[in-house]
Amino acid sequence: MVVNTGFVGRTYPPTQPHAVQREHIAGFARAVGAASPVHHDVRAARKAGYRDVVAPPTYAVVVAQRCDAQLVLDPEAGIDFSRVVHGQQGFEHHRPIVAGDQVVGVLHVDAVREAGGHAMVTTRSELSTVTGDRLCTATSTIVVRGERG
Amino acid sequence: MTPRLQDVAVGTELPARTITVDRQVLIDYAAASGDANPIHQDEEFARSVGLPDVIAHGMWTMGVAIEVVTDWAGDPGRVVSCSTRFTNPVVVPAGGAEIEVAGSVKSLDRESSRVAVELTVTSGGAKVLGRATAVVDLG
Repeated sequence: MVVNTGFVGRTYPPTQPHAVQREHIAGFARAVGAASPVHHDVRAARKAGYRDVVAPPTYAVVVAQRCDAQLVLDPEAGIDFSRVVHGQQGFEHHRPIVAGDQVVGVLHVDAVREAGGHAMVTTRSELSTVTGDRLCTATSTIVVRGERG
Repeated sequence: MTPRLQDVAVGTELPARTITVDRQVLIDYAAASGDANPIHQDEEFARSVGLPDVIAHGMWTMGVAIEVVTDWAGDPGRVVSCSTRFTNPVVVPAGGAEIEVAGSVKSLDRESSRVAVELTVTSGGAKVLGRATAVVDLG
């Protein structure tokens, strides 16, 4: 097994707060071709009812991947990062992330299973603000390719 | 503008689009997302780990594909969930590549005003995302 199965059920401490900045939302939005003015223009965002500019739906990965890194880089987990492939990703939004949010994520290891010599690790990152507003549940499956894969 | 629920039915098609991707786009996405894995930037490195060439970040592909839904919904805050499997990499040679994104309504719930959209995302004839879905709140 290329992953320590004893890690199922494990929860990691919250990540360091990620301060969501307008420029970062705009840069992420440009990179994925998200042209809506609510990503780029605070007046347009406020007119649409938001407190500040809004992150695109997949922006949550910025924090979710920091959560996943805790597991991938944990020496006890036994994961060879160079053999990791992203298999699945999901986001369930509880409220849109906006500039000014201070986001923390708590990583849960939900499943580790083996198939065809590869290991599949399913994680869940619960993202919230530092003051406890739930933002997003991000699920991810990484595939750790076996030695011969 | 957000579509009205009464104008939407199972099978309603979302406007499809073709997106061009080159290496600069991947550099920009790496900077914005914090995912600096060299398989998305360095041709030599990508080949050394058995890939045909530089490949796009799966999350970049998901991010551009979901824009078809966001634009249709008229407001990114209406996309309440989205998920996908990464079935094939988007290979990005030095000259760039294209991906095609199409979407249609798979189901809808008039009580909750929630509409499930399925996306078909291909590049170079290969399906790059699998079971790519999003739920939109049209209420």
